[in-house]
Amino acid sequence: MDHEHDMHEPQSFWTKYVWSQDHKVIAIQYSVIAIFVGFIALILSGLMRLQLGFPGSFDFIDPSAYYQFVTMHGMIMVIYLLTALFLGGFGNYLIPLMVGARDMVFPFVNMLSVWFYLLAVIVLLASFFVPGGPTGAGWTLYPPQAILAGTPGSDWGIILMLVSLAIFIVAATMGGLNYVTTVLQARTRGMTLMRMPLTVWGIFMATILALLAFPALFVSAVMMLFDKLLGTSFFMPAILSMGQQLDHEGGSPILFQHLFWFFGHPEVYIVALPAFGIVSDLISTHARKNIFGYRMMVWAIVIIGVLSFVVWAHHMYVSGMNPYFGYFFATTTLIIAVPTAIKVYNWVLTLWQGNIRLNVPMLFAIGFVSTFTIGGLTGLFLGNVVIDLPLSDTYFVVAHFHMVMGVSPILVVFGAIYHWYPKMTGRMMHDGMGKVHFWGTFLGTYAIYFPMHYLGILGVPRRYFAYENYDFIPDSAKDLNAMISVMAIFVALMQLVFLYNLVWSYFKGKESGDNPWQATSLEWQTEHTPPRHGNWGKEIPVCHRWAYDYSVPGFEQDFLPQNFEGKKAEVSS
Amino acid sequence: MQTQSNQTLEQGVGGLVQDWSADKQTFGVPWGKAMMWIFLLSDTFVFSCFLVGYMVMRMSAVEPWPNASEVFALTIAGHHIPLVLIAIMTFILITSSGTMAMAVNFGYRKDKKKAAILMLVTAVLGLSFVGMQAFEWTKLIEEGVRPWGNPFGATQFGAVFFMVTGFHGLHVSIGVIYLFIVAFKILRGHYEQSGNYEIVEIAGLYWHFVDLVWVFIFALFYLW
Repeated sequence: MDHEHDMHEPQSFWTKYVWSQDHKVIAIQYSVIAIFVGFIALILSGLMRLQLGFPGSFDFIDPSAYYQFVTMHGMIMVIYLLTALFLGGFGNYLIPLMVGARDMVFPFVNMLSVWFYLLAVIVLLASFFVPGGPTGAGWTLYPPQAILAGTPGSDWGIILMLVSLAIFIVAATMGGLNYVTTVLQARTRGMTLMRMPLTVWGIFMATILALLAFPALFVSAVMMLFDKLLGTSFFMPAILSMGQQLDHEGGSPILFQHLFWFFGHPEVYIVALPAFGIVSDLISTHARKNIFGYRMMVWAIVIIGVLSFVVWAHHMYVSGMNPYFGYFFATTTLIIAVPTAIKVYNWVLTLWQGNIRLNVPMLFAIGFVSTFTIGGLTGLFLGNVVIDLPLSDTYFVVAHFHMVMGVSPILVVFGAIYHWYPKMTGRMMHDGMGKVHFWGTFLGTYAIYFPMHYLGILGVPRRYFAYENYDFIPDSAKDLNAMISVMAIFVALMQLVFLYNLVWSYFKGKESGDNPWQATSLEWQTEHTPPRHGNWGKEIPVCHRWAYDYSVPGFEQDFLPQNFEGKKAEVSS
Repeated sequence: MQTQSNQTLEQGVGGLVQDWSADKQTFGVPWGKAMMWIFLLSDTFVFSCFLVGYMVMRMSAVEPWPNASEVFALTIAGHHIPLVLIAIMTFILITSSGTMAMAVNFGYRKDKKKAAILMLVTAVLGLSFVGMQAFEWTKLIEEGVRPWGNPFGATQFGAVFFMVTGFHGLHVSIGVIYLFIVAFKILRGHYEQSGNYEIVEIAGLYWHFVDLVWVFIFALFYLW
C-alpha cells in the first residue's frame, strides 16, 4: 500500500505557520503554548512559596488565593505543561522523523488537536478573570468540597476547569490517535518496532496510556459538571453546607476518587515514560555507547505501562478501603519498582565505561537519573500502607512527587530541548548559559525538595495556608521553609536564563550543521536542517540497523546512522 | 483433528509474531481503519467508566432502585406491556447493524448504488432509534423523572439514565450524520477514482460499536 503524501509546500504565511498541518510546526505550536502556561504555573508556585516562607508579609495572598495558586499550579504543570509538551510537543516532532515518515498519518486531525489544546488553555486561563476566580479545590478536585460554597471558585472556576479538561481530552485523543497509528502503521522500510529509538517507544506507550486513562477523567468531569449544573447526586452524599441541608443525597465521593486516580496514576507514567525514552537516547548518544539492554528497556516500558493501570488506589489509602484492597494495591505498586529499577540500572550501565561527553543535554540526563532515583526510593516508602498512613498529606508526599514527576521529567524536557534545538532551528544553544541553567536548576531543586522530606517526617501537613499555633512544628521548620522559598525563587529566576538562551540562540547561536551530536537516529539524517515539509526530500530513508550503533569496532566514525547501509563490522578476536 | 488445530495455532502465533516484528506496518489494514479501531478502544473505556459508575451508583444508593419493567412499560390499547418500546428500539438497532454489514459487502464489490442505499437505510434506522429514544425521554420527563430526582425511587436513577443513554444517543446521532455524509459521497462518485471503498467499512466499525454498546446498556439498565 502506497501512502505517498502530496508534497505541496504551503504557500502563505498563514498556512505555513498558523493553520499548518506539518507535524513539526504543530509540535512547535504545542511546545510554545505549553511552555507559556508552564511559566504561569511557575509564577504561581513562587507566590505559594512567598506565603509559606514569609507568612504574613504579603497581603495580597489570602487563604483563598493560596488554594487557587496550589490548584492551578498542580493542574497546569501535570496536564497542560508536561502531558502536552511530551506528547504534543516532542511526540509530534520526533515520531515521524524518528520512524522515517513524511508526516503524521492524519495531518488535519493533528492540526485540530493543537487548536483544541489552545482552546482548553484559553478556557483554563479565563477562570482567572471570572467572578470568584479559578477553583481552589486542589488539583485532585475532590468532591463534595470542589463544588460547594466555601471552596474558592466553586461558582465559575470549577466549571471552567472541568470544561477545559474535557476539551483537553478531546485534543489529546485526536493527537494520540495520530501518534499511535503513525508508530504502528507508517514506519519506513527496515524500521521494525524493535529498531525504534526508545524515545519513540516511551512516547508510544505513554500515548496508549493517555488514550485509555483520559476516558476516566472525562467521565468524572462530565459527572461532576452535572452535579454542579443539573443538581444530580453522582458524587454528592446527603450533606449540610453553611447550616443548610442540600438537595443532594446518596452519591459516592469515593467513586470520584476511584475514577480520578484510575486516570491519575497512569497520568504519572504518561509523563514519565516519554522522559524514560528520551533520557535513554540522550545517555546513549552522549556516552557514545549502545544502550544497555535495549530489549529489556522496551519491555520495561511496556510492563510499567500495563502495571500503571492496577495501582491507582495507593493514592487512597487514607480514604477508607477494605484492608485487603490496600494489600493488593501495595503489592502491585511495589512490583512497579522492578521494571523501573531495571531501567535505572541500564542507564547507569550505559554510562559505565562510556566515552562520556558532558554536553548540556547529557548533564540534564545524568541529573535526571539522580533525581529520579531519589524520588523513586521515597515512592517505596509511600507505597506501603502502614508507612503511608502517617506520611500521607505531609510534605513528604510533596517532596516525593515533585522529585519523581516534577523535577525529573522537567530535567528531561530541558535536556531534550538542548538536544533537539539544533534540529528544530539549525543553531546550537549557548553552552555556557546552558551549564549555568543546569547547575542552578539541578542543585536548586535538590535544595528545595530534599529538606521537604524532613518537614514531612516532622509531620508538617501539606496544603496549609499558614502554620501558626501548632505545637508539634518547631521554629526551625519555619526557618527551613524560608530557605526553601529563597531557593524556589532562585530556581524560578534560573529559568529566565533558559528563556533568554532560547531566544538568543535562535538569532545568534552557532550554526549546528545537520548532526551536531553525531547521533544515529533518523531525525539527524535529514537532507535539510531544519527539515522541510515532508521531511525527507525525494527519498524516504531506509533503516538498516537499530538506533544505538555507537563506537562499533572496525569503523572509522564512532557512530553508524540507522540509514547507513553497510554490513555489520566483523568483530575481531 | 488435534494436530490440525495445533497447526492453526502455531500458524496464528507465528503470524502474530511476524506482524509485530515486521517493518513499515504492524497490522495489514489501512491507516483509517487502524485509527478507528484505536479510537473505539479508547471509547470503550469511556463507556466502561460510565457503566461502572452506574453500577456503583446503583449499589450504593440509599433508596430502592426503580423497577425497570414498571418504569419502562407502555400501555398500548389497554394492555400494559413492559419493555415493549425498548424491545423495538433494540430490534431496530440490531437490524441496522445487519444492513450496515450488507453495505460493507457491496462496498467491497464496488456496487456503489447498493452500498449507498443500504447505508442510507442504516442511517434511517438509526434516526428512528434516536426518535424513539426522544419519545421515551419525553414520557419519562412527563412522569416526573428528572436528573435531580424522580417519583419512583433513588435520585440517581434519572441522573444516570439520562446521562448514559444520552451519551449513547449522541453517539448514534453522530453515526447517522457520518453515514449520511459517506453515503452521499459514494453516490456522487467521490471514491470512483481510487476505487477504494474502505471508508464504508470504517463507518461500519463505528456503527457496530455503537450497537454493541447498546447491548450492554440494554442489559444493565432495562434487564437488571
